[in-house]
Amino acid sequence: MFDQFSFGNTGWGDELLSGLGVTVRLAAATLPVGLLIGFGVAQLLMARSFMLRAVGVGYTTLMRGLPEILTLFMVYNGVGLALKSFSQHFAPGGAGFDISPFVAGTTALALVFGAFAAEVIRGGFIAIPRGQIEAGQAIGMSPAQIFWRIKLPQLWRFALPGLGNLWLGLLKDTSLVSIIAVNDLMRMTKVAVGVTKQPFTFYLVACAIYWVLCLFSETALARMERRANRGVARA
Amino acid sequence: MDLIGTLLANWPRLLDGTAMTLKLTVTAALISVVITPLLALGRVHAGPVAGGLLRLYVSFVRGTPLLAQLFLVFYGSGQFRPFFQEWGLWGFIREPFNCCVLVLVMYTTAYQAEILRGGIQAVPRGEVEAAQAVGMTYRQILRRVIFPHAVRFAWPGLGNEMIILVKGSALASVVTVFDLMGRSRQIFLHSFDFAIYIWAAAIYLMITACIVLLWRLIELRLARHMHPSSPLPGASP
Repeated sequence: MFDQFSFGNTGWGDELLSGLGVTVRLAAATLPVGLLIGFGVAQLLMARSFMLRAVGVGYTTLMRGLPEILTLFMVYNGVGLALKSFSQHFAPGGAGFDISPFVAGTTALALVFGAFAAEVIRGGFIAIPRGQIEAGQAIGMSPAQIFWRIKLPQLWRFALPGLGNLWLGLLKDTSLVSIIAVNDLMRMTKVAVGVTKQPFTFYLVACAIYWVLCLFSETALARMERRANRGVARA
Repeated sequence: MDLIGTLLANWPRLLDGTAMTLKLTVTAALISVVITPLLALGRVHAGPVAGGLLRLYVSFVRGTPLLAQLFLVFYGSGQFRPFFQEWGLWGFIREPFNCCVLVLVMYTTAYQAEILRGGIQAVPRGEVEAAQAVGMTYRQILRRVIFPHAVRFAWPGLGNEMIILVKGSALASVVTVFDLMGRSRQIFLHSFDFAIYIWAAAIYLMITACIVLLWRLIELRLARHMHPSSPLPGASP
């Protein structure tokens, strides 16, 4: 029964593996963009101006309250429509161009990831003792120095558990992108099911692969947390 | 983009989809109310074998995408068609709505059980001992001491799970259930009218806002003995 998971023309092993590659690439491409959005929105949430804070709160409320699949379709279809009307405006009657599903998927996932990450990062900033920042000011550090030497190293420590959970969620949410025709693990599994007519076997294998990916990530995250906390006394 | 016109043209189908989303969510939530406490107690008390199986179940559900679980049950059940037919379950499992509820229940109970387990383990040991000392049976202790505390501790976390459940129910649209997501998608594919997604988003936000509000109200009621300003009716001063 393992024949059908062999590599090459007779088995689905290589197809599933290429799907896994796309899944990992999706998650890896989303992470930096999502973190950047998260940092930016966290700054908005902590801004002095009421307007900026309202924008930040509005963004996180919206993105955390909508189903991920709705966000995905809004980005995929919405940007597609916008591009179409844009190209019609400049080249009437032209064929126009479509947004690539991979880019749409990464964008939607990053928008959602950023909203959740903003709350985690804000929590991390709040957890930094005020006295340390004052101490930095007292010995004449510039705001940039305070950020790089005091805030950021500790932010990492405080935010890592939360960001780790978000990473696990992101890995799983990449499966949604299969709905808009990205050849990730989920979609390659669907293709294999279409040919072999063994849905349970193949979806179980797909589940197992995601599971291993998550367990592997959990181990790596636990190790990163230990490393981030190496200079801190255990309570 | 004509928001009002889109709403006027499509409100019956949007309403229909919203009703289906609520039906999916509420059915799954009500079933999980029965299963979650059993799983949570199992996680606290079970022996090595049953406990291991429960841990495996929770780890599997939390480590795999909801969409993959849905496909595993919805399409995967076809591989065991003779088995299901023999047991008279084929009619049940073939129905997309039932599959979605089943998967949503599996998904949410795994998370909820962990939250409630935290609540159960946070109940002060002394209160349980006091209940034993006055001669309560285990069932009485569960009903009068452990669960009232545990549910109160777990309440905010359970509220988050309800919101995740609403959002998760949108995946039902992938297996041909016409919930709010499915209806909006259907309308969009016919009209290419982006405004329909805006309305869908607004309705989803309204549903989650209602849950947040409801949860806050019940939370206040669960903790009413913690607010001395509002004495219980009939309580002696």
